[in-house]
Amino acid sequence: MKEIIWFGRGGQGAVVAAQILAESAYLEGFKGVTSAPTFGPERRGAPVTASTRISEDPIRMFSQVEMADIAIVLDDTLLGVVDVKGRVRKGGTIIVNTSCKPEDAAINGDFDVATVDATGIALKLRLLKEGAPVINTPLLGAFAKATGIVSLENIEKALRSKLPAAVASQNFETVRAAYEGTMTKKAQG
Amino acid sequence: MTDARIITGNQAAALAARLCDVQVIAAYPITPQSQLAEMLSLYVESGQLRAEYVRVEGEHSAMTVCIGASTVGARVFTATSSNGLLYMHEQLHWAAGSRLPIVMCCVNRGVGAPWSIFNDQQDSLAQRDTGWIQMYCRDNQEILDTIIQAYRIAETVYAPVMVCYDGFVLSHTMMPVVSPTPAAVRKFLPPYKPHTILDSNNPMTINSVLLPNRRPDAEGVLCDGYMEMRYKLQNALNRSPETIREVNRQYAEAFGRDHGGMLWTHRTEDAEVILTSMGSLAAEATVAADALREEGIKAGVVGIRVFRPFPEKKEVVAAYRNAKAIILFEKSVSYGYEGGLCSDLKAAFYGSGINAAIHDHVAGLGGRDVKARELVEAVKSSLARIAEGERELNTTWLNCHTE
Repeated sequence: MKEIIWFGRGGQGAVVAAQILAESAYLEGFKGVTSAPTFGPERRGAPVTASTRISEDPIRMFSQVEMADIAIVLDDTLLGVVDVKGRVRKGGTIIVNTSCKPEDAAINGDFDVATVDATGIALKLRLLKEGAPVINTPLLGAFAKATGIVSLENIEKALRSKLPAAVASQNFETVRAAYEGTMTKKAQG
Repeated sequence: MTDARIITGNQAAALAARLCDVQVIAAYPITPQSQLAEMLSLYVESGQLRAEYVRVEGEHSAMTVCIGASTVGARVFTATSSNGLLYMHEQLHWAAGSRLPIVMCCVNRGVGAPWSIFNDQQDSLAQRDTGWIQMYCRDNQEILDTIIQAYRIAETVYAPVMVCYDGFVLSHTMMPVVSPTPAAVRKFLPPYKPHTILDSNNPMTINSVLLPNRRPDAEGVLCDGYMEMRYKLQNALNRSPETIREVNRQYAEAFGRDHGGMLWTHRTEDAEVILTSMGSLAAEATVAADALREEGIKAGVVGIRVFRPFPEKKEVVAAYRNAKAIILFEKSVSYGYEGGLCSDLKAAFYGSGINAAIHDHVAGLGGRDVKARELVEAVKSSLARIAEGERELNTTWLNCHTE
């Protein structure tokens, strides 16, 4: 089973991204998928998390994810606020939305690091909501590139099952661009 | 593998109510049930469900509307949580006493004071003696399947059924749920036939005051007193396990999913240590049992699916026959004694020859997360104490600062 934690700020779409990832993984053939928000009230702008579990077999574990195999950070300012590394297993993967290269992302330790400029991609491809760039869907493309757990094809299917056709296409353009623009660095360890 | 939808427990429950062609819904929103009430009102408003959604000012009225609608022959649905359920308490007795097949979801949440919006099962456990059948769900698939079964059970037994599932842990967590077709559900669940219909063309008084003894009615026919009518409710619930098992069997035959009737087991064949719980925590316990087996401890799980009526002695004793130790995890407590499930289980063992050590852990009150690894540790700690001769303990509060 792979456990994934999404670190974002309220309003950035961490919860929805966790759901679309679960859908994509199910389409990929994983029989067990769950996605959960951090339980309770949240507010816009504050650090929030969501989680996805992906397993070959149906999932019987519904407690909150404690340690992740993969962390996705929607906002690189969170790296200075939240203990992301403390929630990722050794040898795990940390994916960050940043304009930095993985070497410059200030994530030391026994982790694979992947970076993608999801904000830049969303702005360039005009994927905006209420004037702000939509960064959660492009990060699905970075997840596909960095982990290989889900294919672009199934992310596209999952988006199309949730969104009107034109909106899904626009979202998927950013997924593909993020897939192509993701840079990775293997753990030193 | 594309036949399932990835949905929350609340969405699964709303979908099930729609598949059951409910005709009247009266629900008052409360966290963590709110999404369920919202979805049902959306179904009604958009015409996806031909039902009357009655907006009410509170949960007491919600259940009162359900009682009224069921009495005039409608299939009704409601849902609530926590203090909302407590506010309904008087009408819960009324629904059961009237023998109305109302189905309600209890999206389990801790009760105030102090306030908590988070999950435990104190709300539904506190309704134990209202005469409702209570069923607990392990995951979102089971929520959908159990609601469909609940209408068959309720309309056969003529008793209301409470379908309980853990707030947030299931209500807000998405997972794959397979939905049967509306046609298949209609075949499984025939239309509701009321035992008595209140009809203005045939006026009658229902549930008028009964005096202590039996009395003849206006035609001189000797009628039940209060005690006879209450005996009949007890008798109906006592006999309902047969119906519950049969409905589960027919459901498994029709839809390919068997949730275990009154209780279910996981690796109990040779189990010397049996973990027991209800709802999503029982699912988590199966992960713990698997982990304990990897350490060489012969562990299994008995999940209690139906808490009222309590599974019959014969079935309980058979499920636990080889156990040397029984470790319970309960998300509620009967203050001043122990967990309610623990007391009932011990009572079921009386005179059966089962003399296993029993440890009762109160866990996860007010949403405190309970992880499989914590269950493993609690079981190992209990086993160590049992080995030292502590066969029975005061309730242990798991992961709680008790100093």
